[in-house]
Amino acid sequence: MSEGLTAAEPASRGHGPDHGSVPTATLPGAAGAADGAHVGTARVKRGMAEMLKGGVIMDVVTAEQARIAEEAGAVAVMALERVPADIRAQGGVSRMSDPEMIESIIEAVSIPVMAKARIGHFVEAQVLQELGVDYVDESEVLTPADPHHHIDKWRFTVPFVCGATNLGEALRRIGEGAAMIRSKGEAGTGEVSNAVVHMRTIRAEIARLSALPGDELFAAAKELRAPYELVAEVARLGALPVVLFTAGGIATPADAALMMQLGADGVFVGSGIFKSGDPARRARAIVEATTMYAHPDVIAKVSRGLGEAMVGINVSDLAPADRFADRGW
Amino acid sequence: MVSGPWTPPAQARTGAARLGVLALQGDVREHSRALAALGVQVVEVRRPSDLGALDGLVLPGGESTTIGRLLRVFELLEPLRDAIAAGLPVFGSCAGMILLARDVLDGRPGQPLLGGLDVVVRRNAFGRQVDSFEAEIDITGVAGGPVRAVFIRAPWVEKIGDEVEVLGRVGDRIVAVRQAGVLATAFHPELTGDGRIHELFVGMVEDARGMRAVRGTQGVQGVRGISAQGVSMQGTGGRQERGQVRGTA
Repeated sequence: MSEGLTAAEPASRGHGPDHGSVPTATLPGAAGAADGAHVGTARVKRGMAEMLKGGVIMDVVTAEQARIAEEAGAVAVMALERVPADIRAQGGVSRMSDPEMIESIIEAVSIPVMAKARIGHFVEAQVLQELGVDYVDESEVLTPADPHHHIDKWRFTVPFVCGATNLGEALRRIGEGAAMIRSKGEAGTGEVSNAVVHMRTIRAEIARLSALPGDELFAAAKELRAPYELVAEVARLGALPVVLFTAGGIATPADAALMMQLGADGVFVGSGIFKSGDPARRARAIVEATTMYAHPDVIAKVSRGLGEAMVGINVSDLAPADRFADRGW
Repeated sequence: MVSGPWTPPAQARTGAARLGVLALQGDVREHSRALAALGVQVVEVRRPSDLGALDGLVLPGGESTTIGRLLRVFELLEPLRDAIAAGLPVFGSCAGMILLARDVLDGRPGQPLLGGLDVVVRRNAFGRQVDSFEAEIDITGVAGGPVRAVFIRAPWVEKIGDEVEVLGRVGDRIVAVRQAGVLATAFHPELTGDGRIHELFVGMVEDARGMRAVRGTQGVQGVRGISAQGVSMQGTGGRQERGQVRGTA
């Protein structure tokens, strides 16, 4: 989405107000960088997400699971201590994972490694950046650390992905510097309905913006509680200026293909793989269905004999306090 | 099916080259858009049946281990290897460069490659995402000043064969190469809106088509790309012009 990148990259918005100039880093190793090489630009951060498109990002809690995910064709893994289904079952405060565990996963695989920080917990994000994590998920699945403020993501070199239930929320996160958006869905349930609702809502709101006359975008920005510049950009592009993945309740190859047909650029699968009967096989099947999302013959083929899907929880049975999607503001 | 926010323009130039973009995973849309802006026909390639009558192919950026595995699963690995070996013009960026390499360092053991370029690449050579960067670099054969090059967990070329021409470097690292009809960059020209690298590739494709057309009626009748006849003509007719291109570059 090159136009989007160019348009969304004014120097003033490129970095946090306290951080001044674009970070210019010496390149690692023997690279012998060209003069004026810039790390952590919006284009580099958003571009990383572009490379993940059409792929599946899998939650893993051990190095062994990470290897299974890589072997199955995951484009990245999300390193965390407990998958959302276990966070629900066990309760308690859920935090960033142990750096040792994250490092063991970074060591185990050659594909990108993501990890989760609590909403608003910028020090967890600093730690993850220090560990060399490739993407930080400021995630509602963990217990929020700040009931008012999300992380100022412009201050970081590492890119961030954030969840959203609607367009206004997505644009607030992008305004704070998120370089990738995912639907929230309802993590750890194995029930896809919330992800469907969030994806349809975001796309419908984008379509509506695109149809509005320019002089109505100011009021639209107010209604969406989102920065006007981003609202105008979305209206012009007919799309978010960053990649839009789906997450939250995807458990089967058909679920993944459903979300792709609804317009997702790619898929996060949390508990759905390693809480199922045959994780390696299900992982492969979800990867293949995501690529061939418009080919029902392939989805039919890969869906055969996958063993037990994760035991789901109906979202309607959840108490309001147990709904992760309501976290974040 | 709900389509993405971008659809290719229906009107490619009459008689325009037909280019495939491998669409198993990665930034397919950005390459398709860059090619469509140059007036060529663009088709997404997911299955062997999508391979007919292509004049050239683009391998996008993405995760090379994922794309490699999907090439095998969806039975594209062998047909593409054969087509590239037989002279189908190909351009690969980042993961695409890795797939075109003869060998990869720091890859996954047994990671499937297509080959076509006599190079050894090092995967993720510039580091992890926090080391990803953009910089201006000069590219041989691309006029109009340096190209803004975006490197994302990018590879570099560590060894090259005699037939390989180096087109660009970052510091002393090789990041753009060409060998006959195969072009590869470690960076992502598709992310910047600067179409000059794609233009270079489309020029290579047009050269290959022109040679087929000149050499016989088959080319004019539409024998193209990976068909046996088209390929053999390209194989015999391509030498001289390739030599000239290399000489002037």
